[in-house]
Amino acid sequence: MATELEFEKPIAELKAKIEELRAFTQQSGIDLSHEVVKLEQRLEELTETIYAGLTPWQRVQIARHPQRPTALDYIHGICSEFIELHGDRNFRDDPSVVGGIGLVDGRPVTFIGHQKGRDTKENIYRNFGMAHPEGYRKALRLMKQAEKFGRPVVCFIDTKGAYPGASAEERGISEAIAVNLREMAGLRVPTVSVVTGEGGSGGALGLGVTDRIYMMEYAWYSVIAPESAASILWKDSALGAKAAELMRITAQDLKALGIIDGVIPEPKGGAHKNPAEAVAAVKQAVVGALEELAGTPVAELLQRRYDKYRVMGVYAEP
Amino acid sequence: MLKDLFHKRRQYATLGLPESARQEGAAQKDNIPKGIVNKCKTCGAILMAKELQKHLHTCPHCGYHFPLDAPTRIEWTLDNDCFFEYDAGLTAVDPLAFPDYPAKVRKAVEQTGLAEAVVTGEGTLQGHPVVVGVMDSRFIMASMGSAVGEKLTRAIERAGQKRYPLLLFTASGGARMQEGILSLMQMAKTSAALQRLHEQRVLYVTIITHPTTGGVSASFASLGDIILAEPGALFGFAGPRVIEQTMRQKLPDDFQTAEFMLKHGMIDKVVHRKEMRNTLAAILRMHGSRGWGGGD
Repeated sequence: MATELEFEKPIAELKAKIEELRAFTQQSGIDLSHEVVKLEQRLEELTETIYAGLTPWQRVQIARHPQRPTALDYIHGICSEFIELHGDRNFRDDPSVVGGIGLVDGRPVTFIGHQKGRDTKENIYRNFGMAHPEGYRKALRLMKQAEKFGRPVVCFIDTKGAYPGASAEERGISEAIAVNLREMAGLRVPTVSVVTGEGGSGGALGLGVTDRIYMMEYAWYSVIAPESAASILWKDSALGAKAAELMRITAQDLKALGIIDGVIPEPKGGAHKNPAEAVAAVKQAVVGALEELAGTPVAELLQRRYDKYRVMGVYAEP
Repeated sequence: MLKDLFHKRRQYATLGLPESARQEGAAQKDNIPKGIVNKCKTCGAILMAKELQKHLHTCPHCGYHFPLDAPTRIEWTLDNDCFFEYDAGLTAVDPLAFPDYPAKVRKAVEQTGLAEAVVTGEGTLQGHPVVVGVMDSRFIMASMGSAVGEKLTRAIERAGQKRYPLLLFTASGGARMQEGILSLMQMAKTSAALQRLHEQRVLYVTIITHPTTGGVSASFASLGDIILAEPGALFGFAGPRVIEQTMRQKLPDDFQTAEFMLKHGMIDKVVHRKEMRNTLAAILRMHGSRGWGGGD
């Protein structure tokens, strides 16, 4: 059962009313089917209006929906076979980042992703998808492994940010992310990233320096989570909605700014409404990108990746 | 107790501050010594401008390092009159039409006389040619937007072309919020340029100055072949206040200081400002020739 978000309540109420009328028709024998049809029409219109006019903040709510498909959902949905691999070989296995090798239509691909949980217990285990340095180092180990065996790398990004805690600082979260940025820029295999939910700050970018970058329709990606921006700018994290508007964080914004290569369509209301459809859309985008990149000579691949990031930024010069 | 001695000194700080020092309200906020009399933030000692100058803006009593502006840092690091600035006219624009951002930049330009939060260029250090970048925390906390990212990337690329060692003095509150995702991507851009420099096997030294945090800490600041830091400099990803809020626990006093990071293996050496020039020169000498042959 999907939980409704605040702005989806009118839809849920109307749905409940339709059900009520249907039940009444069955019980009483009085034919209200005409009313039901009319209400169903209204439901369709209402749904259309609500989802067509989503504010950035409402999109953030969808991106954070507890039922939203996670990295492992996408990986298992896309692969016929998948072996998860663990650990950074230095300190521990960080459950906030998952990775391994999968077969996509018979071809091997290394998958890496931030992993969130579905319920509180699982989220505590996954640290709410906020990775420690060892998560980024595990990711890098798997990328280097992919490079050795000539497999492309696909990363699913879904994090509010890297874990802002003492343990992360002591073990060098800055260094772990920085090294990933540098090494991903030079990785000698094709790379694709998809922001599936939240793309928060350096913690997101730490898996995101890739040949192709996609975002799911309702995902957000920004230099900082909107409520954190609000608390810095206006000392009030409740103004997250305002910050979400100003900071241009939606998939459509990032496409317009030339940062991402494409927006992957989601089922109306979000991936959680129809996970199978969302998985199919992601698979199509990822496989399409890998087909395009396959066979590009490494020197050209690296040059294009460099050029892609080299032109990012807007400034003035006399 | 030594500390008590300094407590007594503190009383004098409230009286008789010359008018010239009082007028520097903005400069006092960023703690850069201005005027004739300054007070050490850590031990409370009253320091005359001449004395401070002699000690390169460090406290002779407790070793506290006052922040330095970029032009002074360059003057004190490089050989006399041999700095050629790169991209001096490169400036920020307001790509997201973010409220108050242009005014904020304008104010920073007026207050600092700089065009942006980093000054880049080339010069010599005890005769060794180097490419240098120095961030200035007076300029919107030396946050990194597109202009800072571009200036740094060009400096990195020039270091690669000329095969000059690259020295970056970092200080930053992180990526510049007002440019949103474009600021975040400067982390990727500078790191990609450093990947090339790494492959070109050109020496890159970062010098962490107070404070180096956020997106700058998690990109080029952490990628030096050798990472030095000034004593007491804060060096971390998330700020201590954020961490205290998340963890709901008090952090140790030295958390994220250069000394703490040294202990945790994140930097190579803590270097007093008075030793910095000589330390850098030694590192440059050690990378000046191949010496033993071998390698390829």
